[in-house]
Amino acid sequence: MAVDSQREAALQPVAPKRLTGMQQFVLTVSRVWGWVFLFLLIVFFSITGTGFLSLRNSQNILVAIVPVLLLGLGQTFIIIAGGIDLSVNYVMGLASVVMALVIRDLVANGVDETLAILVGMALGIVAALIPGLLNGLIVAKLRVTPFIVTLGMAFVARGVGYLLSDGNVVGGQPPGVRLFGNEALLYYIPGDGGGLYFLQRPEAAGEQLRVLERIFPWPVVVLAIVVGFGIFLLSKTQFGRHTYAIGGNREAASRAGILVDRHTILLFVMSGFTAGLAGVLHTARFNGGSAIAGEAQLMPSIAAVIIGGVSMFGGVGTIWGTIIGALIMAVLQTGLVMLGVESFWQWIVVGIVVIVAVLIDQGRDLIKGRAEAQLSE
Amino acid sequence: MVAETTQERQPMLSVRGIVKRFGGLTAVNKVDLDVYPGEVVGLVGDNGAGKSTLIKCVSGVHQADEGEIFFGGARVHIAHPSAAREMGIETIYQDLALAGNLHVGANIFLGREVKKEYLGGVVKVLDETHMLTESEKVLDSLDIHIPSLTQEINNLSGGQRQAVAIARALYWDARLMIMDEPTNNLGVVEQRKVLSLIRTLRDRQVPVILISHSIHDVFAVSDRIVVLRRGRKVTEKVASETNSEEVVQYIVGARDDTREEIPAN
Ligand SMILES: Nc1ncnc2c1ncn2[C@@H]1O[C@H](COP(=O)(O)OP(=O)(O)O)[C@@H](O)[C@H]1O
Ligand SMILES: [Mg+2]
Repeated sequence: MAVDSQREAALQPVAPKRLTGMQQFVLTVSRVWGWVFLFLLIVFFSITGTGFLSLRNSQNILVAIVPVLLLGLGQTFIIIAGGIDLSVNYVMGLASVVMALVIRDLVANGVDETLAILVGMALGIVAALIPGLLNGLIVAKLRVTPFIVTLGMAFVARGVGYLLSDGNVVGGQPPGVRLFGNEALLYYIPGDGGGLYFLQRPEAAGEQLRVLERIFPWPVVVLAIVVGFGIFLLSKTQFGRHTYAIGGNREAASRAGILVDRHTILLFVMSGFTAGLAGVLHTARFNGGSAIAGEAQLMPSIAAVIIGGVSMFGGVGTIWGTIIGALIMAVLQTGLVMLGVESFWQWIVVGIVVIVAVLIDQGRDLIKGRAEAQLSE
Repeated sequence: MVAETTQERQPMLSVRGIVKRFGGLTAVNKVDLDVYPGEVVGLVGDNGAGKSTLIKCVSGVHQADEGEIFFGGARVHIAHPSAAREMGIETIYQDLALAGNLHVGANIFLGREVKKEYLGGVVKVLDETHMLTESEKVLDSLDIHIPSLTQEINNLSGGQRQAVAIARALYWDARLMIMDEPTNNLGVVEQRKVLSLIRTLRDRQVPVILISHSIHDVFAVSDRIVVLRRGRKVTEKVASETNSEEVVQYIVGARDDTREEIPAN
């Protein structure tokens, strides 16, 4: 009897959630705090730092987030599915080295420059897909935890990158490489005789060259396309839905008929792809390949994902969150430098933001949990 | 009478000598089971008897270590739950197997999402509206009202979760329905609803395997009752030819039809 009445109670329809005004406010703020915080940072640095809100600085910030966001993109998918990829930084370096080597050797052997660059970029990315595929196969088929597999793969990719490059920066790149990494979609020359130029870099010299603004450099354009595709994939497609399902309840996803192993492998290959792309863009921007091209980018890429609200337990998060996370870090770093703050401080501030971000997410879950507890009473 | 009519027909599901081990533990030990179209088979047994493990071998969650499975007359190898679902085997699991972070509609269509196609099928986008209205329909048919189908499963009560799991299995035109403790978490009214659903399925010639702790429920709908004990099938009875006391004796081990047979093996 007692059991029956409990069962009855369990089936009572859940009343629409009644939260106190304060809880509602905190919930709303915790959902959009990233946007609000980014906005406040921009306002703050615009008031305090001269030149922060300039065209040039905005483009510098965009260029700076290219590797962080590319690595963070693959990472977002993987972490939502309940994994992690610690190999992305050295896989990026490996791709960078392979691309530079291929282009250098092809051009040295008289291959057409454009063809050499295209082949170099393609092979750079292939070189990154291989460790991604291996990560996925080992995680999915041999059931080794992603943390360990990708940690190991990071060392392997680093070693291979060093071996291929002899531990040096791989130079000898034809001019097209640097142009791809540094020229832009739009150009702007302020003042008399200036104007806006599309695709075509204007002839400029002296003062005009100094004030020439590159708007949306090619790496940023590539980033925008890839990130846009990622947003679509995660939020609108079956693939994205399955990614969330696997992170939410792997066993349930499998029992529903989702091919969890295949999906996991694909996610690691995708992460290899975004890391490879980051490596290719690095070689283009710095006109040379380096095995440690991405060395410093692993932690920021994970930080961006966390600040953006992706749960390390899986199942929760968005790419928009990761974008906001990457922007918050880049704005903080450039803003503080422009303020004249000793640059070491940026690490401390970013670190605090990461921890506070997680606290905010947990606070939100706590409030939601309390609301549910109230309902089931 | 039921037994006579079913005997002439081909079983929808036929399980032969299934063995499933977990390490040193034999969870299912040489079990045979036939399920005919238009019949409900009650599968009962104490906790840990191997009921869930047996049906998971049929639904593709586990791979049996020994034995054969025939479905619709053909020998099948069910390597993954996706294979079972493609054959038309729908399962309501004891633990529900829902993704708590996804909403109701997403769970009902999990693994079988409906998509809108663009650019001649190159671009496929989730058709949320369609999936939500269909989910609403199937839940309505169960008389279950969930305030918002875009709520995460995590925010639902146990009964509502159970209802979602039932709705998910019912939505698809199953050729075999497996229900592992489907009335868990449900109130009395909803329990009755589930039992009448089982009858409806039977009337539509969809066979049902019902696992339940409630002997009463099992007798209310089953045509045949199979008792497992410690992984072995200890008896199989036509429901109308037995009673709950006898079945309970098999469940607790006071009776065992296989005892005489063991020396013969
Ligand atoms: N995945 C598993 N790994 C190891 N042991 C299991 C697993 N699933 C079930 N078992 C064991 O197998 C036996 C049968 O369990 P189960 O099929 O769940 O029984 P029932 O559903 O009849 O209560 C139990 O002893 C249980 O502990
Ligand atoms: Mg069970």
